Amino acid sequence: MQLDKQQLPPEKFERVVIDTDSAERISKPSLSFWQDAWLRLRKNKAAIVSMVVLVLLVLMALVGPHLNGRSGDVQNLRHANLPPKIPGIEKLGIFNGVGELGGQKLDLYEVKKVDEYYWFGTDGLGRDLFTRLWEGTQISLLIAFIAALIDVVIGVAYGGISGYFGGRTDDVMQRVVEILIGIPTLIVVILMILIMEPGITAIIIAISITGWIGMSRIVRAQILKFKGQEFVLASRTLGASHNRIITKHLLPNILGIVIINTMFTIPSAIFFEAFLSFIGIGLQPPAASLGTLINDGYKVMEFQPYVLLFPALVISILMIAFNLIGDGLRDALDPKMKD
Amino acid sequence: MAEKLLEVKNLKQYFNAGKPSEVKAIDDISFDIYRGETFGLVGESGCGKSTTGRTIIRLYDATDGEVLYDGVSVHGNKSKADVKSLNQKMQMIFQDPYASLNPRMKVLDIIAEGLDIHGLVKNAKERKQKVIELLETVGLNKEHAERYPHEFSGGQRQRIGIARALAVNPEFIIADEPISALDVSIQAQVVNLLRDLQKEKGLTYLFIAHDLSMVKYISDRIGVMYFGKLVEMATAEELYKNPMHPYTKSLLSAIPLPDPIYERSRVRTPYNPDDHKYGPDEKVEFREVAPKHFVLCSDKEFEEMKTQLK
Repeated sequence: MQLDKQQLPPEKFERVVIDTDSAERISKPSLSFWQDAWLRLRKNKAAIVSMVVLVLLVLMALVGPHLNGRSGDVQNLRHANLPPKIPGIEKLGIFNGVGELGGQKLDLYEVKKVDEYYWFGTDGLGRDLFTRLWEGTQISLLIAFIAALIDVVIGVAYGGISGYFGGRTDDVMQRVVEILIGIPTLIVVILMILIMEPGITAIIIAISITGWIGMSRIVRAQILKFKGQEFVLASRTLGASHNRIITKHLLPNILGIVIINTMFTIPSAIFFEAFLSFIGIGLQPPAASLGTLINDGYKVMEFQPYVLLFPALVISILMIAFNLIGDGLRDALDPKMKD
Repeated sequence: MAEKLLEVKNLKQYFNAGKPSEVKAIDDISFDIYRGETFGLVGESGCGKSTTGRTIIRLYDATDGEVLYDGVSVHGNKSKADVKSLNQKMQMIFQDPYASLNPRMKVLDIIAEGLDIHGLVKNAKERKQKVIELLETVGLNKEHAERYPHEFSGGQRQRIGIARALAVNPEFIIADEPISALDVSIQAQVVNLLRDLQKEKGLTYLFIAHDLSMVKYISDRIGVMYFGKLVEMATAEELYKNPMHPYTKSLLSAIPLPDPIYERSRVRTPYNPDDHKYGPDEKVEFREVAPKHFVLCSDKEFEEMKTQLK
């Protein structure tokens, strides 16, 4: 024992004090919900690529119609039915202006003595398809934007009021929604056309009447879920006004789901417009939309496939891009909803 | 202890009143809470403890009866200023530390919410200073103000909830099962914090719980609830020494003790409300069987209990 004590001198011992301060410390950097979501979204390659593609498409829709100085509704019958011809690429054997005429493959630009280049060709009335394509994309994006706006403004407000105030208000508002949802959108559009000219206004009104219902239901369900949560009750016991509860507690919590849902509404709105235009009750000539262009192209699909090819490609890319972004956002904003 | 801070008189809270699905969550209960004490409310799940707490603080509108705080009725139509002053005096700590903090707000904003609503601070600097003080009061530090709730553990979150309630300088705090979602080591931490705060600030608590040993530890008086009714009320010691109502006895018999010899012989006495065999014209009332010891009983039971206690 004596020896032990000599080997372990008392000054070697040190009292360890538990530092409660360091026990409570959190070393991880503080990330807000949105920073966290962005980190997750960044890992999703498909969503990022889609975003880039979408930005390019939007840019092209804005500048495309002015790129070659031709107007989309000027007819030039002498230049009708020309296949695509793009400078530079023409030497590779594609987009060189060669098309069929009477069963023979000929350079139609030479036959018709056209010196200009029509990048995506012309239609039966000699209108430049490149310009028309981007004008049509513009219309589709406009519809997308308006559908999203209506979804967010009407859908969120309607669902929010219905869910938050509940009781009789909710009962009445939900019955109205049930009636509206019972009317197919196509019927609404046809009724619209009875009283007004078919065109973009009729489509927008039809979307305004029925397009927001899905969103309103989702928002209502979310509000119902959150308004009974203890953090909202805590806010109420502190004396918070409705305004404060809605803007500080409810909206920030449902924003993620609203964004996700909007991203899925957009492609369906684009497709809806294209579908209406395709069956002839949407936009009317000479206005171009992706739907009318596809309609034109589909009539001459056998002889001039390029008329159909480009608008079909653009609408497909547009829809896939929106869907992939929506998917990515869903995974990023609401990880629990995955699968 | 003599001054009544809160009086609950014949409070009733029915949900879906008048419909076949009617639920009598609180069925005619009365009790007083004195200034500076801790009143424990116990009972099994779904017996109306939390509803009582929430009705007292106006989260629900009472079906009938009244709640007087400092002599002023809590319910009914009140001016905005009255409601605000009540909101400031009465605060609540919630059960689930994971649901009671808004996941999209920073701790700073969560705690400062009461300060903002009641205009208790003049500028952002003072606001932050006050929040840091509150964080330190509950044993957290100032770096935590800039973080989001999901970064904290259950016990830390519950302390943030306590700091939020304390921000408006309340006199009376309803603690709605504040420890039932926490593990045992953290429970003691939170309960001790609540006790220290009570001593320091002279707070009055309504402590709702189903953990009897914890309630005994923290409460001065205890009320036992069963199916929306208060069946027994006494000081904590009296209730544990002389439980009178069969339900209280059953409840006490369910407490496990960390003593293997006792545990081997512990017999749980089940409670069946039909055992009372109340006649159709017997009046079942809340009666004082001994000073400050109330039991819900009929006339006959009342006499029996009185003789038993002598």
